[in-house]
This record gives sequence, structure tokens and C-alpha cells, in this order.
Amino acid sequence: MNDYSQMWSDLGIDIPSHNILMTALPELYTDVYLSQPDRPQGMAYFDGLISQLHGERIQELLEHKQRGGKVLATMCVFVPEEIVLACGAIAVGLCGGIDWATNEVEKVLPRNMCALIKSFMGFKLGKVCPYFEVADLVVGETTCDGKKKSFEVLGDYIPVHVMETPQMKNLIDYQMWDAELQRFIEVVENLTGNKISAASLQNGISKVNNKRKALQRLSATRKADPSPISGKDALLIYQTAFYDDIDRFTAKVNVLCDELEQRISAAATQHTVPDKLRIMVSGTPMAVPNWKIPHLIESAGGRIVFDEMCTGERYFQNLVAQPEGKSVAQMVTDITRRSLEIDCACFTPNQVRIDKVIAKTAEYNVDGVIHYALQSCDPFTIEGFRMEKQLKEAGIAIMRLETDYSQEDVGQLQTRIEAFLETLAERKG
Amino acid sequence: MIAAGIDIGSRTIGFVLLDCDSGELVHHDILDSGYDPIGRARDYVGRFSYDKLVATGYGRHAANAKFADEVITEIKAYARGARYVLPQVRTILDIGGQDTKTILLSEDGIVSEFQMNEKCAAGTGKFMEVMAVALGYSLDEFAAAPLQVTGKAIKISSMCAVFAESEVVSLLNSGCPRADVANAVIDSVAERAAGMLQRTGVISPALFAGGGAHNNCLKDKIAALVGVDLHVPNQPQLIGAIGAACEARRLLR
Repeated sequence: MNDYSQMWSDLGIDIPSHNILMTALPELYTDVYLSQPDRPQGMAYFDGLISQLHGERIQELLEHKQRGGKVLATMCVFVPEEIVLACGAIAVGLCGGIDWATNEVEKVLPRNMCALIKSFMGFKLGKVCPYFEVADLVVGETTCDGKKKSFEVLGDYIPVHVMETPQMKNLIDYQMWDAELQRFIEVVENLTGNKISAASLQNGISKVNNKRKALQRLSATRKADPSPISGKDALLIYQTAFYDDIDRFTAKVNVLCDELEQRISAAATQHTVPDKLRIMVSGTPMAVPNWKIPHLIESAGGRIVFDEMCTGERYFQNLVAQPEGKSVAQMVTDITRRSLEIDCACFTPNQVRIDKVIAKTAEYNVDGVIHYALQSCDPFTIEGFRMEKQLKEAGIAIMRLETDYSQEDVGQLQTRIEAFLETLAERKG
Repeated sequence: MIAAGIDIGSRTIGFVLLDCDSGELVHHDILDSGYDPIGRARDYVGRFSYDKLVATGYGRHAANAKFADEVITEIKAYARGARYVLPQVRTILDIGGQDTKTILLSEDGIVSEFQMNEKCAAGTGKFMEVMAVALGYSLDEFAAAPLQVTGKAIKISSMCAVFAESEVVSLLNSGCPRADVANAVIDSVAERAAGMLQRTGVISPALFAGGGAHNNCLKDKIAALVGVDLHVPNQPQLIGAIGAACEARRLLR
């Protein structure tokens, strides 16, 4: 394996802290991922991606920058990757799935706030995330108060552009988001020096649509019983979708899907044992390396077959309309339409999300739903109550969990998850 | 055949042996968990002969790796154990060492709802132990303290064991009699337990299990809040172990 110490050091990474992070992750990864039986061969690519997340991929981004390209760091499904690509820039995700540099974070943010926000702030303040150090611009959004105000703070350490995301789906919200996209285009054009053209935006839309289609194909394989891929592996792919080179990633997901579809046809002839319990996870995104809840669910004998999260369906469930033959303005309108189809809990009302969950439990033959929310995530914790009520009325088993990135509640969570699965098994008989 | 159940909790280990044919308990015991609960449990069960051992409680997976045949969660164990001691039971409250849980059962004894406290010791046996120490009471004296209430009602607002302890200390420093403070602590635990019961639903008959059930004043306060009598079995701390043994018996059949 290459030694990237010099690269990290040149980027201003805090090497001793980064070493601690890099020694902790392989052990966790072995425990959570590599120990799984019967993994698809196609997962090898994504294992490699994770192991090189701070190495090879960063080097690629640096080479892109040496050619004059720009890198934009994002952490939300609202941020239009299509526009970033149309200006010749690359969009990457930001890490936010582990507690880091908490003492530093609590100098600039209150203690009781969402673990994801504290985490990305910790990665920046602790100087352990090369994506932050590579990025020319962070693109934030106003999907919750915590993020909205934290991006102000983050702006003290790195250039930040904040997009105002809509909260309702009225005419004014379409107009507002359309204007926000125009403002974003100006920002990206100024940063990159590249003007958007109909051809470049069409290209950007096609690339991102292809990525989403590949992920939709992956999701569809999980309707099979037994599901041909573990929920943890699927989550890993959804997580890395934010980081990898878009064309390569799309191709690799499609290769994996070929294998999964073969598995499904093979299983049909061999009468493979169906999944013991099929679980949907719904709620807040799980940023790398937050695998806490899926690991508990699958270790207890559940198989996650649907991820109703931003690291999941919300990322790829909607496509931008076909761009061929359209003007830039028309394509921007199409991007707006797609954004306003997002069913994030930041919208009010957001009945579409609950309706979707109910519909998908039937489509994916789900035995029970685990609603997962990070503590202090008001939109999702509050919506969880409505979700629970309506699912129960529809006769669907659901358990709500609230947690953070600490390990202190793992014993309690394990008991609750196992007990939930026991009740599902009794129901199923 | 003999079915065995063990409940390895944070404070105590319960162990029972059940005769599969008669359904009678032929042995039961409660041990302190100590600093090596799994070692202690393994040594203890090694003294008995049985046909199947099911483990539950906090230490169930460690026990399964070392000496038990199967594991079930505390939720299922309490559901089974409560049905054993009170066949018609629909509602279960358990206040244990580090957990408080409530379970609602269907008419045929299937778990239909449950709640557990999240993360901290709020409202658990441990919480009451810490408060009793802060007040200079033994656990029995603490439990009986509400009977000696003197003055006007006071309220403990914090549920965090650490903050509540400082609240208790400042109440004592302001001259409140300690029986009144103890009463307030028990009120706060009762309100929390009643809140959990109301969230899962309360249907009579209801059973109160765990070490907390030894506190009679607490039982009366919770019963008054939820409007349903709480039945306390003879050995409330053994319900988990009994449930595990019932599961072992089911597996043997």
C-alpha cells in the first residue's frame, strides 16, 4: 500500500490524530463488514474504496486540482451535483459519522446537538478529514436549524456557500429554489471559471441520473427473498456514492447488480431459505463510519432490505427529467422539480414520506420498521411519532430508536432491537 | 426433565430450575452479580444438573458463549415469567438495577408493546440506591421513609442520578427533613414509571417485578398514578429467570 503521509502532511492534516483515526477504522471494518458470511464478490471494490478513502481517492482529487479543477464538499441530497459536474468540478461528501475532537467542537457549538453536525465540525477543527482540506468550497444548506447555524461557524475555517432549501412545496418554494439554483450556478461558475452550457448541464444530469439508476437497480434486487445483499453492504454503497468518481462508481454498482441478479435467479432454482426477518430502516442519514444500528440489527438476525434515509432511497429515488434537447433554464427547472420531490423531514407537511414507507413495506415484504433518529434531530425525531402512529394504524410493526455516535447505549439498544425482532418472529409464527 | 433459567442482571443473578412435567419450581436462588458475573454464574450453575439452560439479562450473550444453550431478551423473559406467576397478566412493570421496562401483552401472552429506559440510570433501582446513600438510609429505610413524611410536598425535578443527588443535597442543606426528600425521590421514580406504563398502555391485571417492587410505597404511588392495582409476586427479582426457564421448557418439549 502506498504511503500517503506526505500528501496528508502537505494538506495540513494533523498526522498523529489522523493516525489514531486510521488505526481504529480497519478493526471496526473487519468486525462489522469483513466478518460477514457469503458477501458478493462485487463488494471487493467497495471494500477497497473504503480502505483508500483517505488515500487514493484524495490523490485523484489532488490530480484533478492540479489540472485546474475544483472540488466542492457537500453533505445533503439537495445540493445539485449536476451543476457541479457541468462546471467541470467534482462534488464529494463530508465525513460525519464518528465523534471527533469533541473538546474543540464544544468551544464553538453547544453540547446537546446532533452528533452529525458535531462530527463534521470535529473533523474540520481536528484536521483529520482530507476532504475538508482538499475542498475549495463547502456547500451547506438550511435543512435544519443546527446545520444552518453551524455552517456560519464552519465559515470561519473554510469558504462556505449556503443554499436556502425550501420547507414547503408551494409555488413560491419552487420559485425560491429555482433562484437558489441560479445563485449556485453563478457561484460555481465564478469558482471554476467555466460557464454552464446546455451540453455540459445535459452531461451532468445524465451522469447523476445514471448513478441514481444504478442505485435504484441495487435497491430493486433487495425485493428478492432472500435479499442477495446484506443491509450493511448496501448501506456502504449508498455511503460511498457521495465520495467516489461518478462514472467508475456507476459502472461498479452495475457490475455488482449483475452478480446480485444472478444470485437471485440461482436462489429461485435452489429453493434457498428465505430471510428470517426483513427490516426497513427509516430516518436520519448514516454517515461513514456510522454502522452502529445496522450492525446491531443484522447481528441479531434481521436482514435490512430497505434504507429510507439520505444514505439510501432519498439519495436516488427521484431522477431529473430527460435533459435531451432542453435549454439550461428548462433543465434547471427540472432539477428544481426533482429537489421538491425529496421527502426529507425538513418539509412540512411531509405525509409523502409516511405514505412511501407504508407502500414500500408491502413492496419489499418488510416484517418490521426501525425508525432511527439522531438525538436532537428535531425534524426526524418529531416526525417519528407520526410515523409510528400511522404505521401502527396500518398494522405495520415499528420501533423508534434515538441514539448518537457513542457506544455507551449499545447494550440497551441491543436488547431493544433483539426484543423487537423476537416480537416480529412471534407475529410471523 | 429439568429446565433451567438464569437472568444475569447488573446487580443480581437469578437462577431457577423448573420440573418440566409438573411445571413446579424445584429450585430458585438470587446471587449478587459482583465483579465477575459470568464467572460467578458459571460456577453456580455447574453445581446443578438440568437438560437445557436459557439465559437472559444483561449478561445473556456472554453466558451463551460460555455455558448457556439459548438466549432470550429480558422482554421476552419477563413476558413468559409474568405469565407463569400470574397467568392472566396483561401489563408488566420491571424496575431493575439499570433498566426500567414496561411490557404490554396480548390476551394470549404475546408481547404487543414494550418500552425501556434509554441510556442512563434515570428511574432505575440504581437511581434509588444512589439517592438512599445520599440520604444516609438503608434501602429498607429509604423505602419506608414516605410513611414518616412531615411537611409540605417537595419535588425532585432531575432524573439524572448525578444532578438529582445534588438536588437532594441542596434540599437537605435548606433544612428539609430527609423523609420528605426521600418521599420526593420516590414520587419522581413513580411518575417516570407511570409515564412509561401509560405510553405502552395499561390493562389489568398488572404485575410489578424487579428489585424496585420491594418498595411498597413506590408500588402504591405508581398504582395510584395509573389507576390499576399492581400485583407484586413473592420473588419479584426472579421473574426473568423464571421466564428463561419457561422458554427452556418450551424448547425441551
